[in-house]
Amino acid sequence: MSTDLPAPAGEPVPHRRTWRLLHGRGRYVGDIRLPGLLHAAVLRAPHAHASIDAIDTAAAAAVPGVMAVFTGADIATVCAPWRGTHGLYPRLAAPLQHAVAIDTVRWCGEPVALVVAASRAVAEDATALIAVDYTPRPALADPEAARGGGPLLHPDLGTNVCLTAAHEAGDVDAAFAAAAVVVEETFRFGRHTGVPLEPRGLVADFDPSERRLTVHHSHQCPHQMQHEFARLLGLAEQRVRVIAPDVGGAFGIKQQLYGDEIAVCAASLLLGRPVAWIADRLESFSADIHAREHVVRGRIALSADGDILAFAVDDLHAIGPYSQYPRSSAGEGRAVLAQTGAPYRYRALRARSTAVFQTKGMAGHYRGVGQPIACAVTEALVDRAARKVGLDPVAVRRRNLVRAADLPWRAPTGLVYPRLAVADCMAALDAHVDLAALRRDCDDARRAGRMRGLGLATFVELTSRGPGFYGAGGVPVSSRDGCTVRLEPGGGVRALASVTEQGQGTETGIAQVIAAALGVPLDTVEVITGDTATTFHGGGTWGSRSMAIGGEAAWRAGRALRAEILDVAARLLQADAAALDLRDGVIVEAATSAARLTLAEIAAVGHFRPHELPAGPQPQLVASASFGPLDGPFRAGSGIQLAVVEIDPDSGAVRLDRFVVVHECGRVVNPLLVDEQIRGGVAQGIGATLFEELIYDTDGQLLTGSLADYLLPTAADLCDIELVHVHAAPPESDGLGLIGVGEAGTVGAAAAVLNAVDDALAARGASIGQIPCTPERILTALGAI
Amino acid sequence: MKPAAFDYVRATSLTHALDLLASADPDGETRVLAGGQSLVPLMAMRLAAPARLVDINRLAALERLEVIDGRLVIGALVRHHRLATDPRVASAAPLLARAATQVAHPAIRNRGTFGGSLAHADPAAAFPACALALGATLTLASAAGRREVPATAFFEGLYQTALRPDELLVEVAVPAATAASRSAFVIFTRRPGDFPVAGLAAVARAADDRSAVDRLADIRLAVFGVGDTPLLADTAAAILESGPIDAARIDAAVAALDTLEIRDSATASVRYRRHLVGVALRRATAALLRPEAVACR
Repeated sequence: MSTDLPAPAGEPVPHRRTWRLLHGRGRYVGDIRLPGLLHAAVLRAPHAHASIDAIDTAAAAAVPGVMAVFTGADIATVCAPWRGTHGLYPRLAAPLQHAVAIDTVRWCGEPVALVVAASRAVAEDATALIAVDYTPRPALADPEAARGGGPLLHPDLGTNVCLTAAHEAGDVDAAFAAAAVVVEETFRFGRHTGVPLEPRGLVADFDPSERRLTVHHSHQCPHQMQHEFARLLGLAEQRVRVIAPDVGGAFGIKQQLYGDEIAVCAASLLLGRPVAWIADRLESFSADIHAREHVVRGRIALSADGDILAFAVDDLHAIGPYSQYPRSSAGEGRAVLAQTGAPYRYRALRARSTAVFQTKGMAGHYRGVGQPIACAVTEALVDRAARKVGLDPVAVRRRNLVRAADLPWRAPTGLVYPRLAVADCMAALDAHVDLAALRRDCDDARRAGRMRGLGLATFVELTSRGPGFYGAGGVPVSSRDGCTVRLEPGGGVRALASVTEQGQGTETGIAQVIAAALGVPLDTVEVITGDTATTFHGGGTWGSRSMAIGGEAAWRAGRALRAEILDVAARLLQADAAALDLRDGVIVEAATSAARLTLAEIAAVGHFRPHELPAGPQPQLVASASFGPLDGPFRAGSGIQLAVVEIDPDSGAVRLDRFVVVHECGRVVNPLLVDEQIRGGVAQGIGATLFEELIYDTDGQLLTGSLADYLLPTAADLCDIELVHVHAAPPESDGLGLIGVGEAGTVGAAAAVLNAVDDALAARGASIGQIPCTPERILTALGAI
Repeated sequence: MKPAAFDYVRATSLTHALDLLASADPDGETRVLAGGQSLVPLMAMRLAAPARLVDINRLAALERLEVIDGRLVIGALVRHHRLATDPRVASAAPLLARAATQVAHPAIRNRGTFGGSLAHADPAAAFPACALALGATLTLASAAGRREVPATAFFEGLYQTALRPDELLVEVAVPAATAASRSAFVIFTRRPGDFPVAGLAAVARAADDRSAVDRLADIRLAVFGVGDTPLLADTAAAILESGPIDAARIDAAVAALDTLEIRDSATASVRYRRHLVGVALRRATAALLRPEAVACR
């Protein structure tokens, strides 16, 4: 196949769901009304760490309209506890976690009881009447204290360290000894979360007559949840159906199993009635998955010529009180180890990552999973080392980027890159912006007393992973996805895809691929996703994979159906199938384009008049394919992000003046959707760098638990995000050979903005190694306060 | 985020509203509902759980906005958007007009009321500081009659005012600006429309002698967003009034801000806020001296 995909794949088709959602026709979990529906509210722990001595639910249960009040022990009668283990990390300390705390709470916001009532308001009234006797225990909020010891969160584990992983390659000590310049710095990353517009929520509907559970769930991985609900609730998996209707954003926040969510399922089991629970924004901040609380000590060795000789990183990150489930807490540190120095040709690496428990909210996967941390540390070290040795940071990057001649690049991280287009991206950046002129502009501004900075970040994004991590680690998470494509009697096409849609346009891309594979108009293809009863078992949304994996499955299913359609047509026309083609929904003679049959005619014969077909196989008019990457552990996209900022030296405020992303992800199914993915990811990376932070006090109380305190970037805080796409040769593949794109923007944005801020500060002899770069931190770095 | 149950009464007249406020609800507190932009979120988060709401939104008499006898009279129900756009406000109280464009976001400004902002007395709010700086007089009504309270005596503490439970803030009067009036409004927010990290509302009068371009009189500086109430920086004002405003005098005025009782928050330390108050005073002073240059962030 050529680099270009057949139309309508490759075209900038607007997101299919937009029209419906803008007309208020969205169907989110909160819109689902079932007969007899009850509503749950969760009582959450007010302490970061405490034993539960007694719970008195009598007053709450007596409130008119309250159906039941469930404690942790009540829920545990039907819901098994779990441990977030990972078979590839046998030393990972995974504490036992109950859906609702039974005897100990370990973060402010951990579920303590569930009230089920006729309305959410009544349920909230009743939660206020539950009397819980707590004996507070010491909080453990600081990850560095947790690594050193501190009060044990799980005495049975005997440690507050969940996992230490390490990797070493090359002669690190020799590299540092030979270096002209060594820079060592500690970088601190604030705790963030994904803040999807639609909060988490579900409607669980258990039918005791058949022991059948249907869950309408705002989640990105419904198949994973079907498996877990069945396993933990003791149900037959084939009678558990998880439906993800419209989902308003997820970003990794809706990727794990949550105690509050499975407790709602358990409540439905116990009551035999449907139960709804939608997180409100306050409980979202306290109980959604958080991320990125890292302290990284990083070192780089640079030669006098600007060759990067070695990196050494010691990463510490905090995961809250448990290992997340079912995916475990191994992935975050693994990504840091795997991505340090990713775009560069260096030879020696010493890397260690330690995950520690603490009495703060659960922390784990959020868009980029560890990659933004590795990128920020790498890129900040490159800038600092370049300045220290007296070279232009851009020139140092040019010198060290992995080149085409280096492929396949065997990185010191142990990863092998069959293709990596970072050098092409640098060339494209040079074609788009005059870096020397930008540099002069910053320098001129400085001479005029202003603080202007230019930051660059080269990044690599690992996408579309195979089964090597979860599957091989015994974690029941699919790295595959499947698609069924069928010809409906009227000649239209209906597809059932296991990938899921949270607003990113997956269904649009799948429809484009199927239309291209079949040769039918785009609007004749209907795509259904998010229903485990009707679609293949598949991975859903995680790790930038929907199009690269789900699109591949759709392509293969589409091609198979097309082959059958042409075969049926050939039999009807007594022609050679190879001489026919399906173009724009019409069977034509391939050589002349002369129309012979419509798809509706084929469909009518297949469905209603199969007796008219000459002898041969029965018409199926449906084809399926499932696909998972088995040819490599990942496919890598890459790029460069550039930020120009100006700092107000009096207030410390950072204004973003320019942002450019050069990106390479092989073939593009829909450039509009790719642009949206990158811009959205960049916005989240900028938010992380300038605004967002979950701040806890030393007692483990969350201080920034509302949208008034946890500051998301708004349109007014961003500048235009200029995009440049590079199209290198796609990966070797017998299919589409697509590369994912979902996390690219987030992976590099923080590094670019941090470097730009640091560049502005460097002119005044200051530096900052912490995000978010708040005005107060900048003024502190400047010595102004 | 569902509020606790409450009774709701829509007042049909000012007398009706005052009668409701005078009759204590046996189940608990009665709160006045104006724009609801602060109260309703507090109720949704169950940080406030009034037993009864008295909705005054239909009381047209409280929407008054006029200049009488050298005073701009602002009814309690005048919305922020009206303050930002009404030409009478722009000429009689440009400080309020400017502040109203920077308070929160358009949707909030369409509902939020001037009286509600003062009566709520959120220390982060800009309008209480403007009222202090302008020397506003607040008219409080109850079934027993009316009384006037100067802004300096109205703000008593964190969300605490001189309003008694049976009283309603009905209108606010500020002296109308003259040709010699100067004002400046400086607010530091992390994002446009956020609660401020620190802010300053300042008014002054140009010196009578037109050649004394570096002199200001009757300076009133109200710092907000940093303490329990808006804070009048009288010492700093007196320093600025005491002679030609040069760099040394501005430095001295900024130094005098050190006596202000500034509090920290989860995201802003005292020293950061104190620094910003100083920056605000420098910017405000520049704007007061050169009214053609608009002070902003």
